[in-house]
Amino acid sequence: MKHFRTVGLLFSISLFLFITADTGSAITVDEIVKKANQAAYYKGSDGRAYVSMTITDSQKRRRTKKFTILRWDKPGKDDLYCEDQKYYVYFHLPADVNKMVFMVWKHVKSDDDRWLYLPALDLVKRISSNEKRTSFVGSDFFYEDVSGRNINYDTHELSREDKNFYVLKNTPRDPDSVEFSYYIAWIHKKTFLTIKAEYYDKNGEKYREYVALRESTIQGYPTITKSVMKDIRRGSSTVLEYANVQYNTGLPEKIFTERYLRRAPVKYLR
Amino acid sequence: MKKFLLLFFLFLCCSNVAYAQDAPDLPPGLSEGDMPDLPEGLTEETPAPADDSLQIHPKSFIQVDLTGFLEIRSGMRIRHDAYEKSTPVGEGRLHAELEKHWINAGFKISSDYVYDTVVGRNRIQLDEGEGWLDMREASLVFTPADFMDVKTGRQIMTWGTGDLVFINDLFPKDWVSFFIGRDVEYLKAPSDTVRISLFSWIANIDFYYSPSFNSDRYITGRRISYWNTMLHKRSGRDHIVRVMRPEQWFADSELGLRIFKNIRGYELATYGYRGFWKSPSGMDVRRGKATFPDLNVYGASIRGNVFSGIGNMEFGYYDSGNDRSGKDPSVRNSEVRLLAGYEIEIARDFTIGFQYYMEKIRHYHGYKKSFQGDNPPRKHYRNVFTMRITRLLMGQNIKLSLFAYICPSDSDYYIRPNMSYKLTDLWTVEAGGNVFYGRHDYSFFGQFEKNSNLYFSIRRYFHF
Repeated sequence: MKHFRTVGLLFSISLFLFITADTGSAITVDEIVKKANQAAYYKGSDGRAYVSMTITDSQKRRRTKKFTILRWDKPGKDDLYCEDQKYYVYFHLPADVNKMVFMVWKHVKSDDDRWLYLPALDLVKRISSNEKRTSFVGSDFFYEDVSGRNINYDTHELSREDKNFYVLKNTPRDPDSVEFSYYIAWIHKKTFLTIKAEYYDKNGEKYREYVALRESTIQGYPTITKSVMKDIRRGSSTVLEYANVQYNTGLPEKIFTERYLRRAPVKYLR
Repeated sequence: MKKFLLLFFLFLCCSNVAYAQDAPDLPPGLSEGDMPDLPEGLTEETPAPADDSLQIHPKSFIQVDLTGFLEIRSGMRIRHDAYEKSTPVGEGRLHAELEKHWINAGFKISSDYVYDTVVGRNRIQLDEGEGWLDMREASLVFTPADFMDVKTGRQIMTWGTGDLVFINDLFPKDWVSFFIGRDVEYLKAPSDTVRISLFSWIANIDFYYSPSFNSDRYITGRRISYWNTMLHKRSGRDHIVRVMRPEQWFADSELGLRIFKNIRGYELATYGYRGFWKSPSGMDVRRGKATFPDLNVYGASIRGNVFSGIGNMEFGYYDSGNDRSGKDPSVRNSEVRLLAGYEIEIARDFTIGFQYYMEKIRHYHGYKKSFQGDNPPRKHYRNVFTMRITRLLMGQNIKLSLFAYICPSDSDYYIRPNMSYKLTDLWTVEAGGNVFYGRHDYSFFGQFEKNSNLYFSIRRYFHF
């Protein structure tokens, strides 16, 4: 009998050691990634925000952009459904881009559709979308940082965790398609918000860093309302501040069409 | 048994140790002890800021919005032109836009106040775009029903898929501004019109009616010299083009229609137009004046993602209503026009685009037979290739671009290099050129050869 107890005890200890060495957590990496993606880009069925963007270059010159962003999610099977979305970005400032509109139909399984509306010419311009890791309106944020990077483009591993964070190492499946060789993301355990992300180049050097500076819970959704992206090589940084954040506004899908590029949907931009 | 179990336990533990020892060094960013601080709002000490600190009222929808710019623009010819001044453009300009929108209605007034040193006439000529005032927009927009928008008054309109090539876009163009080096937004001239747009899930319809004819701001000779077919030589300020414009209200009206639909990101459209050739395209020989003959246009276009870039195709049939048989030498022949284009971002902030454009004279036999004039007749086909290269630098604050029209059938070209630099959010400087070349003085771009120019501008934006 004593033997059996010893056997049981030793077996449980070794099993425990084995498991902790591997994952150390009840939640799977896949779930963390999905929930983080959801928390960052898919809160509610739609959303809107008034965004102030301050870009500071290496010589400390500052430029400011202000825009309203509207988001619509294609309805899915369940709450974790994270697929196609539509974005409408209406520029207020600087004056040279005043009333310009940038619209994206984000497709998870194919290239996005992107349009730019230039009010002075009444021109609805189509823009190519193969470069997703290109600067969003001259800032240190990329298009992908604003609308989300497809989670299937990377492999994810949970490298460690503490009481606050899951630390994920994300490695691109196609290394030639991106400028990073991997990036580390600190995911807040309670909210699944990404609090920090560091991007490393092919030489293992950090060249880009994202830090969340403020969280506000809006309509029950934890939301990052202030964040900064630093380009370490260029010495520039961009601070994004979100105001007037609202979810589940009942924004109709038809807003994301040519009609509302030419005629701004005042009701939803107010 | 005990020994065996102990060994087994040791083995398991060792395998864990071995696992740890085999593991490579942690890459940068994954070493222990560098957990970030929690941001404001997630820490227990600092409570989340109250919601009202996150409320900002975007000004533009609360009150009337006034935006615009002040600009000084100056240019010089790079070739001697006996018929024009050495500066094609030299002006100070105040552009002001006053705009207000409610949910179902809005208005926009956009006007330019110009101090011009080239033409030297301050009388307002809205059709030519000369004078101290250019009223670019004065329009009312309203939504009488959920499926309908109406925009009435003076407005700028654009449709079609071409990049600086227009087939079904028969809205007035200001070719003078385009050639002398004003900002490209001045290529579009205003129309006085009523535009009604209807939207449904089957298709959308855009319809406009202009009670009087809105012509292009065509080449008159005042700023740009041209090939004078009557005199068989270049002309400019010595022979200002005299025209007979269709001027009767309601009788000389224009109608345009577009039916369009977006099918999974592919934009399909079909077009119709009834009006006049937008630039002089005929001759009243008796009076010695250029005319704007009747024109009907039917066309179609498609645009969408193709191999990670944007592909577009457009077609138009130009039915020259006053000369259906093509035998009248004083009226431009009917034409078939075709365009195919492709644009792609080949690297970050680096875009290239190509277009092929073709014009085919419909009744070439009739045209050739009846042709009168000293220079050779036009060729049956006119082929134009365009190329665009755009490079953005320094956080997209510097824009370098090159646009070229190359026409092998006429042996001429037109190149538009441009660079602009946003010094700050409010100040922008720009420099560029318009370079024309042609083997023959009478070809489309070749006639403007002496107008090749360089220009420079400085602009200060404002908003209230």
